[in-house]
Amino acid sequence: MQFMLLFSRQGKLRLQKWYVPLSDKEKKKITRELVQTVLARKPKMCSFLEWRDLKIVYKRYASLYFCCAIEDQDNELITLEIIHRYVELLDKYFGSVCELDIIFNFEKAYFILDEFLLGGEAQETSKKNVLKAIEQADLLQEVRYTPNHSHVWQI
Amino acid sequence: MTVTLLPLQEMIRAIRSARTQCEERGVIQRECAAIRAQFRQADNGGRSHNLAKLLYVHMLGYPAHFGQMECVRMIASPRYSEKRVGYLGAMMLLDEKQDASLLITNSIKNDLSNSNQYIQSLALCTLACMGSAEMCRDLAPEIDRLLRASNSYIKKKAALCAVHIVRKVHDLGELFTKAARSLLTEKNHGVVHGAVVLITELCERNSETLERFRKTVPDLVQIMKGLVISGYSPDHDVAGISDPFLQVRILRLLRILGRNNEGASDAMNDLLAQVATNTDSTKTVGNAVLYETVLTVLDIKSESGLRVLAVNILGRFLLNNDRNIRYIAMTSLQKIVGTDHNAVQRHRGTIVDCLKDQDASVKRRALDLSLALVSASNIRSMMKELLSFLSSCPPELRSQTASGIFNAAERYAPSQRWHIDTILHVLTTAGGDVRDETVPNLIQLITNTSELHCYTVHKLYRALLSDISQQPLVQVACWCIGEYGDLLLRGECQETEPVQVTEDDVLDVLETVLQSHMSFPSTRGFALTATMKLSTRITENVDRIRSIVSIYGSCIDVELQQRAVEYNALFKKYDHMRAAVLERMPVIEKNSQGHINGETIKESQTVKVKPGDLLFKRLMHSPWLNTDLKLMQPSTLSVFSVVATVTVYEKDGVTVTLSCEKQSDSGLTVTLTASNSTESDIRGFTLQAAVPKSVQLHMKAPSGDSLPARGAAKVTQMVVLNNPNKVQLAYLQLVSEVFDLSPIFYSFGSQNI
Repeated sequence: MQFMLLFSRQGKLRLQKWYVPLSDKEKKKITRELVQTVLARKPKMCSFLEWRDLKIVYKRYASLYFCCAIEDQDNELITLEIIHRYVELLDKYFGSVCELDIIFNFEKAYFILDEFLLGGEAQETSKKNVLKAIEQADLLQEVRYTPNHSHVWQI
Repeated sequence: MTVTLLPLQEMIRAIRSARTQCEERGVIQRECAAIRAQFRQADNGGRSHNLAKLLYVHMLGYPAHFGQMECVRMIASPRYSEKRVGYLGAMMLLDEKQDASLLITNSIKNDLSNSNQYIQSLALCTLACMGSAEMCRDLAPEIDRLLRASNSYIKKKAALCAVHIVRKVHDLGELFTKAARSLLTEKNHGVVHGAVVLITELCERNSETLERFRKTVPDLVQIMKGLVISGYSPDHDVAGISDPFLQVRILRLLRILGRNNEGASDAMNDLLAQVATNTDSTKTVGNAVLYETVLTVLDIKSESGLRVLAVNILGRFLLNNDRNIRYIAMTSLQKIVGTDHNAVQRHRGTIVDCLKDQDASVKRRALDLSLALVSASNIRSMMKELLSFLSSCPPELRSQTASGIFNAAERYAPSQRWHIDTILHVLTTAGGDVRDETVPNLIQLITNTSELHCYTVHKLYRALLSDISQQPLVQVACWCIGEYGDLLLRGECQETEPVQVTEDDVLDVLETVLQSHMSFPSTRGFALTATMKLSTRITENVDRIRSIVSIYGSCIDVELQQRAVEYNALFKKYDHMRAAVLERMPVIEKNSQGHINGETIKESQTVKVKPGDLLFKRLMHSPWLNTDLKLMQPSTLSVFSVVATVTVYEKDGVTVTLSCEKQSDSGLTVTLTASNSTESDIRGFTLQAAVPKSVQLHMKAPSGDSLPARGAAKVTQMVVLNNPNKVQLAYLQLVSEVFDLSPIFYSFGSQNI
């Protein structure tokens, strides 16, 4: 996978994970164009489209579009499954996840993604194991924080 | 002065409640200023959430580069919470192009050996996400160590980190080969998955490595079997499929290993058959595995039975309700339509139905496949479908469809008439989207189908009556009417119902084209020439033609004006030649460069004056001159004979004449003579010449560069032209800094001038 974008129906970016080196300017340009292209698609259309030299796989969950750019040899259908798995993980973690959860806890969304994908590839194929690892890491964070700032850190 | 900072979630709330962009910017600027101030202070325990705030702001699109150094500092912190956000910031703000990224290399190195696996994990994740080539080279040995001696949690991450390293620095692949091999034997799915991805990467990069890893095919087959056959494994199950992610990756690796190798392909044959047959295809996840299986079967040296099985799976996909599956099926079929043509043909009906799908991507795929499936046996039915598609297809596909139809028609046309009808249909439906060479191609086709001239001209005339907006169609129609107008007027025609067409009707329609604002200049040129040609094919309305031609003699369009003037000249000065000049065009053979060759020369045309006629005729109404031979502006000035000197320029007292002498079969010497009859000398007079690439030009030095007044002396210049390829039609264009000369056309060959 080259990158994954999460954006709302109004085109607001909620998460962006880039696995290829690009300048900020290029990322912005790609994001803008791709978001426009995907938002212009009608509801019943195919989840796959060809864009520049990449294959784009996207799926809408409630108010969020999950959009992945994969390479020629990658399997589109399994990418849909990867997107679905990520949504399931978020759902389990936040308890019936909605867009607001991802907005207010964006860093958690990233942490979860980073336990599921690494360098653009799936690293753990068991849902249970991913969630366990996140749980442990969160605990570690809790244990290590200094007491003075309990009013700022929300877990 | 204390700076009050909002906690992260408060800040997010404040930003979201901003009613305008301006307000939002205000909030963000305030927060960023405060964050910057905090960064500069000593450690106050709130660093991680400050950085988190900055990262949020960055995601909204605001600049955050001042946070880069803070990331570096946070990564080096002993606190896990700070490291976590620091690494996240590094992945978001530091890409390999930033210098600051190198500064974290040391931290990463340290963290890779940390006793806590979650800290190791952060380092691995970051390296795999944004590690530069230099960082990768630095840390590769560490990764290798982790691949061998650590727990599963770390091994699986190290494997993917190695993948990134290999992508960045190909040579480092060697380093990981051994470790990758041994990882395949582990039980942990995550580790095996990582190992498979790593091995795939190594094999794709290096063919020697690929050879070595072929030995793992039996192991891979075993692992797959375990997944497919073994009982329910709750941890990795997705809708009844056991670890589909791993299955897909193994199938992909098998594909690479089995490609072009009989032995490996044989070893996996049974397994592939098993997966293809047993995988449940009711859900997407099952289809994902089946899809990968099909791709593998079709790419390796599989048994024919297995291939048929694979193509049938694709056929089933084509009938699936899920549009995604149909799309995937067509993409795959496209890849094999060349090699397994007959197998794909069996599904032609379904593919053609997909032309009517709502989704543009599906339509495009269906179009590509349909065009690939056209053959001599199905041309009629396929063309019906393609033509109906053309009339309703999305605009971005029209050009491709039109080209595809033309190609198919050219290859498989069952009859000439069908061919012409098909092209006409396309021009009527999508005239604006066809390529330029369609017009001359069609004209050539029509000319060469002499038995259908009558039918064609009737059909085109009728088309013109109803619509003159589609330029290519109008151009062809004008050309035909000009050429075969007599057949049109005769009224009877074998292939169509008879219709009475009077001379006035025909001239009316051509005049409408001439006057219409929809007509392109080139189209009007066609119409004018056609009108002129009719002067020898009609009997009563020649005067009407004469008046049209003389009106256009003062047309604003220079091209049209020039033609009209020349036609006028044809009426006035060269009326005796008019019939010969405007007679029926001979059968044209066109080679790929658009040159006209192979024309037959009539006996009578070896007389001095006649060669000019042939030249004149060809230039006047050759369809190629408007398109392919773009260099050739058909603005020849005069008909000239072999030995006489021709005046090519005469204006404001300056005269330039041209005479020529044939030296050899392919060589010609042209002498240019200039004289000046004005009262004053003209200085700095030079002539330059241009010819097409196939002709060689050698200009000798002129006798002088100033033209003395009152014709006291002339300036002569010799130009040697060599035509080794015996190009029939070449031009000599003279330009001068002093004045503009029109291009002059020169013909070589047996009717050499």
